[in-house]
Amino acid sequence: MESFFSRFKNVLVLVAVLLAQTIGLAIQVRRPAEVGAPDGRKVTLLRSWVVAAVTPFERFFHGIGHNVRFGWSNYVDLRDTRQRNQELKDEIARLRLEQAQLAEDALQGHRLQTLLNFQRSYVSSTVAAQVIGTSGTDQSRVLYIDKGANDGLKIDQAVMTPDGIVGKIRAAFPHTAQVLLINDPTSGAGVLLASTRIRAILRGSQGGHVVITNLTPDSRIKPGEKVLTSGGDQIYPRGLSVGTIESIAADPEHQPYTVIQIKPSTNLFQLEEVLVITGTQGDLPLLAQKDLAKGAATAKEMAAAKAAAEEEAAEAAAQSAAQIISEKLPSVHDGEQSATDAPTDAAKAAATTPAVPKPSQTLRPDRYTSGTTPPASSLKPGAEHDATSYSAPSAPVPPTKRAAPQAGPEGDEDGSAPATNPRPSPRQNQPKPENASPDN
Amino acid sequence: MPSLSYTSRRELEEHSFSPAVTLLVPVAAIVLQVLLSKLYWRFSMLDLPLIVAIFFAVSRRSPAVGTLTGAAIGLVQDALTGRPIGVNGMAKSVIGYIAASIGVQVDVDSLTTRLVMNFAFSILNSVILFLIGRRLLGVAEIHLQLIPELLRALANTCVAIPVFLLLDTTKRAD
Repeated sequence: MESFFSRFKNVLVLVAVLLAQTIGLAIQVRRPAEVGAPDGRKVTLLRSWVVAAVTPFERFFHGIGHNVRFGWSNYVDLRDTRQRNQELKDEIARLRLEQAQLAEDALQGHRLQTLLNFQRSYVSSTVAAQVIGTSGTDQSRVLYIDKGANDGLKIDQAVMTPDGIVGKIRAAFPHTAQVLLINDPTSGAGVLLASTRIRAILRGSQGGHVVITNLTPDSRIKPGEKVLTSGGDQIYPRGLSVGTIESIAADPEHQPYTVIQIKPSTNLFQLEEVLVITGTQGDLPLLAQKDLAKGAATAKEMAAAKAAAEEEAAEAAAQSAAQIISEKLPSVHDGEQSATDAPTDAAKAAATTPAVPKPSQTLRPDRYTSGTTPPASSLKPGAEHDATSYSAPSAPVPPTKRAAPQAGPEGDEDGSAPATNPRPSPRQNQPKPENASPDN
Repeated sequence: MPSLSYTSRRELEEHSFSPAVTLLVPVAAIVLQVLLSKLYWRFSMLDLPLIVAIFFAVSRRSPAVGTLTGAAIGLVQDALTGRPIGVNGMAKSVIGYIAASIGVQVDVDSLTTRLVMNFAFSILNSVILFLIGRRLLGVAEIHLQLIPELLRALANTCVAIPVFLLLDTTKRAD
């Protein structure tokens, strides 16, 4: 018996080790899920020991790197700081304007939600943390952050950056926490497609991508559509940015479903600092309310300023129109002006404003020409009217041979201009439309 | 006589390490792996703990010790991930055992042997991980992609050669 163990010592050790680990795996996999605990107590203990042994090194090297970067960026590399500061100030001003434009809508939406008793959770408190390490393998996408249970972190709290969600707390140790990224194969999140309002479940893939695999083909879903958290998973608050749809393809393994690949809003491969959402509330946070009130006040100020500017512009336009009209009316103009400066003003008016239009002399008079129609008093009922006298001449006629309006048909024949021809009134001199009746 | 020859060769080439090296080198490999992965995510395709496990196994030439070393390194590696503990432990136990068994019979100090050995063990590690995930854990989404695994094996081999040369300096002849 002794020789058997000594002879097969190596194989027996291997079998024993493999057997023990297989049993351990089976226990971990078959363990009933407890609320708020991804691992059993013993597994958590083992993880805690290993993390406690490794994270001091990670903190040490992270601290060195952080200090070097901090020293470089804050004391050495200060080029373009003023310009960047100015750019940021400009951006703040622009964002204030945007905020003012959106504040009214946001307040109205919030009031409507309150009226409809719409339950919504807002982020009320966060804890900022720095990423100090990873799992070290691409088969499990987790991060380690420098804040833990002592800082109020708990399992299943959402982790995000200002750009979008990152993942959730998988395990909270006293001074460290393990974050499960959304691109891990075991990760999941409830999401909402922003424009089509389709709900879906987000998952990580083996290659580190973020995908949706529970949707059937839908022509409304297009690449570029934004994806938001739906809040249905009770981990990520509703409305946080997840990413945009990058591609849509049929899932060859699970027909008729599609694989919708998402480009995360946050660069999950290069995270330095994250925010852990430690608290949510049903109402808007105080700071957000203040911001909204400030934005609404700014919007009102902008609206008042805009109205005042429009009113001023209208007044100026009205004044300008009245001035132009007054200058165009000679009688009013002359009556208001004194006798001394009248010639000067008249000359100025003539120079600046066009004179009342008068028709030029007619080169080819016809029956429509002003003054050619005989007055009604000279016409006799039933008398013949010489139509030829109103026909257009075939050749240009000198102005001296033009027909006199008061002379009647005879005047056209002898060509003499009547001496009593009155000057036509301005109304008569105005050009008439070509389709006007000759009787007019 | 063959047994005498076998024993003589084994005794001649068997190495041991100081307890500090035995403890610190695997820990350093794991910490370095974590830091490198944080520095640039592509480095996560490397597996420094695997290289260290292979080195200790072939240097000690004891399959039992190789198995235990591989299991310990793999379990620590698993504890840092979000996966069940034991996946890497099982894979590296098998690799430690095979590496030590090969080390008894083959000259593992030559460069060619090291190149081939590291490349092959890297591929074997991926295959074992795939089988454990697919068969034991029942994860259907796991796939064994040929090109990425070949690239991973190539990268591990390239890194393993200088690491082996560095760790050769810590050997203590018995």
